[in-house]
Amino acid sequence: MDQEKGTFKVKKGLAQMLKGGVIMDVVTPEHARIAEDAGAVAVMALERVPADIRAQGGVARMSDPELILKIMDAVTIPVMAKVRIGHFVEAQILEALGVDYIDESEVLTPADEEHHIYKHNFTVPFVCGARNLGEALRRIGEGAAMIRTKGEAGTGDVVEAVRHARAVMGEIRRLQNLPDEEVMAFAKQIGAPYELVLETRQLGRLPVVNFAAGGIATPADAALMMQLGMDGVFVGSGIFKSGDPARRAAAIVKAVTHYNEPKILAEISRNLGEPMVGRQISAIPEHELIAGRGW
Amino acid sequence: MKIGVLALQGAFIEHQTVLEKLGVESVQVRLPEHLDGLDGLIIPGGESTTISKLAIAFGLMQPLREFAGEHAVWGTCAGAIFLSREVGRDQPVLGLMDITVRRNAFGRQVDSFETLLDVPALARVDAINPPFPAVFIRAPLIEKANGSAEVLAALPDGGIVAVQQGRWLATSFHPELSDDDRFHRYFLELAR
Repeated sequence: MDQEKGTFKVKKGLAQMLKGGVIMDVVTPEHARIAEDAGAVAVMALERVPADIRAQGGVARMSDPELILKIMDAVTIPVMAKVRIGHFVEAQILEALGVDYIDESEVLTPADEEHHIYKHNFTVPFVCGARNLGEALRRIGEGAAMIRTKGEAGTGDVVEAVRHARAVMGEIRRLQNLPDEEVMAFAKQIGAPYELVLETRQLGRLPVVNFAAGGIATPADAALMMQLGMDGVFVGSGIFKSGDPARRAAAIVKAVTHYNEPKILAEISRNLGEPMVGRQISAIPEHELIAGRGW
Repeated sequence: MKIGVLALQGAFIEHQTVLEKLGVESVQVRLPEHLDGLDGLIIPGGESTTISKLAIAFGLMQPLREFAGEHAVWGTCAGAIFLSREVGRDQPVLGLMDITVRRNAFGRQVDSFETLLDVPALARVDAINPPFPAVFIRAPLIEKANGSAEVLAALPDGGIVAVQQGRWLATSFHPELSDDDRFHRYFLELAR
């Protein structure tokens, strides 16, 4: 019988299999193996972690395909890679390489300041960042099969990820309490497709998997995001910018499984070495913030 | 009846949702003591490497083997890998079912697919038994079913994708993602 590839069920399905897991940023095949050994459910292959992109400045683009292929060869778990917002040719290239998920990411320099990629056209699934419910549903409308909070990448400060998670969950709670006649105005107000607003209201959650990302640096940060209702966690600079990456990575994996068990969290948080240094977001000038990228 | 779903990582809530619709109580299993009083266990899809590392870290390997000695157990995708005896690479598994499994046998995510499968055994829960809508995501293939392990379903090219051995079940696809509860009902029969 026929086999149907690239259906929305299959795209969304891989994200469902990643739930309760940790996706780690890696910049070399060695990092990728450390991540896999620590129990990562997937790795994000890139040339520079967000903390370095932030520090070095300049235009941040899709990584060299050679590096991505080497990382794909190094591990058996899914490999993700980033493209610039709106850069559909970078996405075509990553699809041709066979990456398992594409992150259309604000961490890279946007290629289009009005439009995101039309993601339904691709066989490979996409994850996109969102700061609130309207942004999440616009991305899903364009074909994103997974959503993550934006947070403020490369800072090691979890405050923005918390803000974005609370915004999405809070708006869903509000939506569920609206009478039928107020739903259309709500959709208009948040700038989201009406059909997806209805689906979200009926489900009581986003119609796709929703991970936390941006600023997560400790097992406690990861468990905090899980208790706030996220389905799993991306850790970018937080692992390989810390003193003992393998140990910290394994601890964050355990924290995401046992996020509701303070005694276990206390045990796995011990002796992890130095966390990444981090930058307090409130001390960063407005024009250097990246969460505002995305339309 | 109470069914446990191994909740170390992966799509455990999807299984619980199907069980709830069938009126069956389910609990999440993250530690050995959570196995007490269960009538069966489902090991969900997820990343098999992650699930096995967490199972070792939290002392679940031996308790899971002992539980399976007396109860029905079903592994979907990563769960099937975890139940198998042989995965052809250095990866800890429970080693319960007489099957040899190859991970990511169909390729990467762009090769993931949906298809309709004939599963004659499901006639036990549905006399009409139309083909089962099966979702394969970076799926493993069951290369060999040995001993008393019997094949329940195969793809047109002969690739084995569902196996039963006594009260143990392994599927390389994800019935918890289909709007079809027949595999869950079939498993509940084994758990009774």
